[in-house]
Amino acid sequence: MADSVEKAQLPEEETQSLSYELVKGLWQDIAPFRLVLGLCPALAVTNSLLNGLSMGLATLFVLVASCTAVSIVRKLIAPQVRIAAYVVIIATIVTVTDLFLQAMTPGISKALGPYVPLIITNCIILGRLEAFSQKNPVLPSIMDSLGTGIGFTFGLVAMGFVREILGFGSIFGFTILGDWFTPWIVMILPAGAFLLMGGLIALVNYISHKQSSQGEEA
Amino acid sequence: MDKEKTKKADTDGSTEAKPTAEVKTSAKKAPAKTGAKIPVKKAPAKSAAEGDVKNAPAKTGGKAPVKKAPAKKAPAEADESASKLVISSSPHFQTTENIPRIMYTVVTALIPAMAVSVYLFGLRVLMLMAVCVVVCLVSEYAMQKARKKSVRVHDGSAAITGILLALMLPPGFPIYGAVLGSLFSIVIGKMLFGGLGYNIFNPALIGRAFLQATYPVLITTWVDPGAVINAVDAISAATPLAMMKFGGEATGLGALFFGNTAGSLGETSAIAILIGGLYLRYKGYINWKLPLGYLGSIAFFAAIFWIYDSSTYASPFFHVMAGGAMLGAWFMVTDMVTTPVTPCGQWIFAIGAGFLTIIIRLFGGLPEGVMYSILFMNAFVPLINRHTKPKVFGELKAKKT
Repeated sequence: MADSVEKAQLPEEETQSLSYELVKGLWQDIAPFRLVLGLCPALAVTNSLLNGLSMGLATLFVLVASCTAVSIVRKLIAPQVRIAAYVVIIATIVTVTDLFLQAMTPGISKALGPYVPLIITNCIILGRLEAFSQKNPVLPSIMDSLGTGIGFTFGLVAMGFVREILGFGSIFGFTILGDWFTPWIVMILPAGAFLLMGGLIALVNYISHKQSSQGEEA
Repeated sequence: MDKEKTKKADTDGSTEAKPTAEVKTSAKKAPAKTGAKIPVKKAPAKSAAEGDVKNAPAKTGGKAPVKKAPAKKAPAEADESASKLVISSSPHFQTTENIPRIMYTVVTALIPAMAVSVYLFGLRVLMLMAVCVVVCLVSEYAMQKARKKSVRVHDGSAAITGILLALMLPPGFPIYGAVLGSLFSIVIGKMLFGGLGYNIFNPALIGRAFLQATYPVLITTWVDPGAVINAVDAISAATPLAMMKFGGEATGLGALFFGNTAGSLGETSAIAILIGGLYLRYKGYINWKLPLGYLGSIAFFAAIFWIYDSSTYASPFFHVMAGGAMLGAWFMVTDMVTTPVTPCGQWIFAIGAGFLTIIIRLFGGLPEGVMYSILFMNAFVPLINRHTKPKVFGELKAKKT
């Protein structure tokens, strides 16, 4: 957390471009794999692609909305009570999201279970509010939260994709691996989520390590 | 006392000798004498490579046991110069034992179990074993190449992993499952931890546990021996442990002893594993505490329940011979890498694993508990090692600095 606070202060001084705010959350600081934040939903609800995607989108919406709101009122909040104020804002938006999902897509809402209300406690949201939105204007805040949220959604989709295709042999519920494939039950169990999370973190580290070493050579 | 001190310095390796006051003084006494009289001390003049005559006594006093001047020469040269007085720290004799030798002895010890499984379940199991071994060897080779480590696949440890994994599979297990399990054993269970000697968990058991979670149906589909010779449509049957757990029906001890029951390839025949295990014991490669403690605690805890209610719980003999207990006791509990090194720790490990096996078998969801109990205790090995460290001779009690 301390790291990201320091990092977040840099852009303001150096007036980084808006596109940088957007892009950094997509790969450089991709939430589940680089920051290792928001693991609870990333491990718990990614047993199918649809669940992962809808969870990611719900979080994305809450993230952008609360970052925008906090950024707007950032000068009105007394520092002593800022966390409480953030939580109230997040909780309001999460409640809206939860009720929306229940009304419009009851199936998904049921599948996600308690994890939609639990978005309130998602570290990514509080982290971005604390590290970025509370000291940046609205537009950079939106870009920052949008980037982080899309990165998070991407992480959940990647987890859901691999777990669904190995655990059920299907994508979005459509069977694409035929009868010859025996599903790996482990991938839809929590153990498979942890294995895959470790594997994906290793993969992301490997790729970025390769990129940085190539960059040094060039 | 001096010896102890200097030996401690020895274990410090090549770090600059830290001569304590005691060592210094004794070294000063020693300088004129030859090492012959006080074997631990070196004759300073010979080894004073530093050249500083003043410092030599003290320095060599601390360093002497670590490296002698002659030690820099090749051992053969040292032999030639036998006319001179050669002093070296132990070990003085080196055995010809090495990792490949131990590993291939273990493979030899597994031959009876493999042979019995081929006899009981037909030639298909040969293919299963071959696939497991080949995939283990190839993946180990590939991982060592990929991580740019020295290729040590010939040491045979991967082959053992493959054989053990195959012996824990049901006879009708599909080939692709065996490939997956072997890959997981070596890549995740062993090489990602750093290879032989660094793996926390027994690789074969890790592979088996992964397969248990991945293909829970396939890996519990057993067949009767004899019925499988044709392999294609074998008749499914329950293992003795499953029959006991879900049907309360005990299998005869004779069948368990010779292996004429349904079960994993190498786990059915107690006698075949026992032969291999005793051979390993005879060769001195396994510590008797581990299999004895494991089987003993299985028997002990099973006996408690058996005495309490012999109509519900099976006899200790049944529990010792059924399922994977024998194979686990002789070939997995005794794994050198994943078990404690201290004698006391080995007892704790073996008895704890036996206790957990019985608890899982009697009260858990699965009929068999050998795999999880050993893996579970594997996780505790570093802790056990740390807390059962034997006292160093001469060590004072409350000397924590």
